[in-house]
Amino acid sequence: MKTVGITVNGESHSAEVEPRQLLVYFLREQLGLTGTVVGCDTSSCGSCTVLVDGESVKSCTMLAVQADGHEVTTIEGIGSPGDLHPVQQAFHEQHGLQCGFCTPGMVMATISLLEESPSPSNEEIRHALEGNLCRCTGYVNIVKAVKAAATA
Amino acid sequence: MATTEAETYIGKPVPRKEDAKLLTGQSRFIDDMQVTGMVWASIVRSPYAHAKINRVDVTAARESEGVVAAFSGADLADDWAATLPCVWLVTEDTKQPMHRPLATDKVRYQGDGVAVVIAESRAQAKDAAELVEVDYEELPAVIDPEAALADDAPILHDDLGTNHCFTWKLEGGDVEGVFGSAPVTVKERYRQQRLIPNAIEPRGVIATYEPALDEYTLWSATQIPHILRFWLAIVLGVPEARLRVVAPDVGGGFGSKLNVYAEEALALVLAKRIGRPVKWTEERSEGYLATIHGRDQWQEMEYAADEDGKIRGVRAKLVVGLGAYLQLVTAGTPILGGWVYGGPYDVEAYSLEVIGAFTTATPTDAYRGAGRPEATFLIERTMDALARKLEMDPAELRRKNFITEFPYTLASGLTIDSGDFVGALDRALEMAGYEELRKEQAERRAAGDTKELGIGFSTYTEMCGLAPSRILGAILYAAGGWDAATVRCLPTGSVEVFIGTSPHGQGHVTTFSQIVAERLGVPIDQVEVIHGDTTAMQLGLDTYGSRSLAVGGIALYNAAEKVIAKARDVVAHKLEVSGDDLEYDNGTFKVAGTDKAMTVRDAALHAFTAHDLPDGMEPGLEATFVYDPPNFSWPGGAHICVVEVDTETGAIDLRQYVAVDEIGNVINPTIVDGQIHGGITQGIAQALWEEAIYDEDGNLTTGSMLSYLVPSAAETIDYELDRVNAPSPTNPLGVKGVGETGTIASTPAVINAVVDALSPYGVTDVTMPAKPENVWRALQEGGAK
Repeated sequence: MKTVGITVNGESHSAEVEPRQLLVYFLREQLGLTGTVVGCDTSSCGSCTVLVDGESVKSCTMLAVQADGHEVTTIEGIGSPGDLHPVQQAFHEQHGLQCGFCTPGMVMATISLLEESPSPSNEEIRHALEGNLCRCTGYVNIVKAVKAAATA
Repeated sequence: MATTEAETYIGKPVPRKEDAKLLTGQSRFIDDMQVTGMVWASIVRSPYAHAKINRVDVTAARESEGVVAAFSGADLADDWAATLPCVWLVTEDTKQPMHRPLATDKVRYQGDGVAVVIAESRAQAKDAAELVEVDYEELPAVIDPEAALADDAPILHDDLGTNHCFTWKLEGGDVEGVFGSAPVTVKERYRQQRLIPNAIEPRGVIATYEPALDEYTLWSATQIPHILRFWLAIVLGVPEARLRVVAPDVGGGFGSKLNVYAEEALALVLAKRIGRPVKWTEERSEGYLATIHGRDQWQEMEYAADEDGKIRGVRAKLVVGLGAYLQLVTAGTPILGGWVYGGPYDVEAYSLEVIGAFTTATPTDAYRGAGRPEATFLIERTMDALARKLEMDPAELRRKNFITEFPYTLASGLTIDSGDFVGALDRALEMAGYEELRKEQAERRAAGDTKELGIGFSTYTEMCGLAPSRILGAILYAAGGWDAATVRCLPTGSVEVFIGTSPHGQGHVTTFSQIVAERLGVPIDQVEVIHGDTTAMQLGLDTYGSRSLAVGGIALYNAAEKVIAKARDVVAHKLEVSGDDLEYDNGTFKVAGTDKAMTVRDAALHAFTAHDLPDGMEPGLEATFVYDPPNFSWPGGAHICVVEVDTETGAIDLRQYVAVDEIGNVINPTIVDGQIHGGITQGIAQALWEEAIYDEDGNLTTGSMLSYLVPSAAETIDYELDRVNAPSPTNPLGVKGVGETGTIASTPAVINAVVDALSPYGVTDVTMPAKPENVWRALQEGGAK
């Protein structure tokens, strides 16, 4: 076991983890932050996307020990039902989610995109979200939501 | 949205009530749940497609760190009171092989379970599963359904002695006469490739057993908690009343969670054997083997037509790869399209033959559209073949053949209640700018452009809203097709609604709240919709086949009407008038010609206190309605796809996609648009990108998301949607099903566009998915321009 110190949503955590523990399972099973979900085993679907030091990362591609000393932001850290983050609000208003399983990852990837490119074109949005799969929406309203969030 | 008591909701884009928890990470999917004392199951799966099991040794696994127990299939063979079920054995002589949750004698597809290991943690269970030793004697595989029917094919189920499962036939009209006399015939043959549904949430279960009460609870990522309860009670041989099934938040289904799976039965049995709650979560690559696939057909279609393009007869034959066992709707899935191989066209003679074959592959079952995408594909592709033969414009050929008078009884025997195929096509042509497109196409061809423009049509109808119970009985489906809802007006003003459908992304909570809020005149945030728990709502037949609004929604509407009728009696009594003198509007009863009035909310309080009710009236204001639809639901429409095909690279660019659907009245247009967007995308994905491929040894070579292309935002485009409306006269809301229309319509529109683009090169077919390689092959085979 290794001891790690990871700041998650502004709160610092010191924990013992197995060296093979993935960041996503550390978040879900040790911290109980189940908003970040697991949709595949090949780092393809992006459902587990979080921000590490502000950059989007698929938390199934990173070991918890690699996050030692870093700041992680998850979906729980950006807004709440009564006080949605502008990206969450835009997804709600544009019907950018159906079953909602991919949504936390999609929202986190969008936050990262808008950080880098505050007013992206449709094409830029579509390519930037290439690593996040959604099976419900056909992406039409997700693209609209990202656009709306960019102008919010 | 503001909530005043007079607000109307039906037909409005009400923002979803579901979203807040899903957007903030507060949802509760199965893998988010922990139960005290819980242990983890990991399943040992066959690496071979077909093999005899000589020996399974779990000794080393049992000794591994953290392991609680390990069982082979043989260890559990006596735990099953019945086979895993198939609800629809489509003919009297359909062969149903024994299907135990873990195999005992042979494995019959790659991924067939042979043993299970239970440990304290997810990782320990997975580690120990690697230690299970299985001695297999490999047997030959057979993946192609036609090959599986050959005399020398390896037989999967030795006791059946054949891979032939069923032959189902339907005929209507004078088929021989029409085909014998028609001046024009065309015959086409196509491949419907295998698909993997890919709901983004993998499957998972948690099972608990309470010995003192002899009670079981199963939480499962399922579309069908009620159907699951019924069948699992039979598979386990336990009283249904002691089994509770809960579907928590469910992350998409598309048919892949419309089943009674081995792991669901297994977890319950293990929870009892071990005396601790058991959890199993599917890994994605595991799911590619262990969760149902879709499609897998060889299709043939003939049209008999007059020289002017009027189609008189259709004759179709399907050979379907069922996979290794019959899952819940494996045999019935191709038959779900069985009545609509005439499409939206006026056809006098109809013949369909469907042959099901066992193959050494994951079972196929209902994947979004289930049987109807396959039908629409065959119909619409053959329609274009006929247009080419007659040198007619494909839009005009369709227009010439549309059904225009409703109700219309199909040669296959069912009756379409309403539609507007002509209106949908006209609108779609206008939106696409059809004449301009043809002009551009001709110009490009004349200029020798290496990027060819193609325009593809799919005009469709389908039968959904499953289904009238009597018809289901007549076609040998083992259950009914009704659904149920309860509306309970609480004394403090809010309303509880219990539904028998089980949403997993479709927005039932919002849509159904709209119906109740409007009919009862309560603010929408005062309506609470409860679903997915067989203890909260015992009555229900769940969500599949675009049935939730067309069946469950009508049950709910009727339950609300029952509440209003009782409230009328309460109000009439309180106001000392006759019920006939009360006018009801949006939650308020008014005495005609006076200012006397009382709301449903007031009636609920009076019904609760019961201080002053009419003699003999039961206290309380609630009602349950079980609705059995008198007909299927008949949506339809016209889709047009425009592509550019690079004849040098074989690359296809989606340029435009227009969808004009006729889906009856709409409760929430935003939610409906979302369903159509997603459906179209899945259909386009079949046309262009997706395919489950097995090698000749039966190995799934597209075994993970790395090798199976689920489209991302980068591959897809925006769609242009519109609607025409021919409200269903069958139900009081005038609604139809919509969940599958996009998938049913879109695949042939895309391939027709690709073939249209390449028609100057003599190309008449491009094998799906139309990846560059397949486009290139079609160009080579098509001959020179």
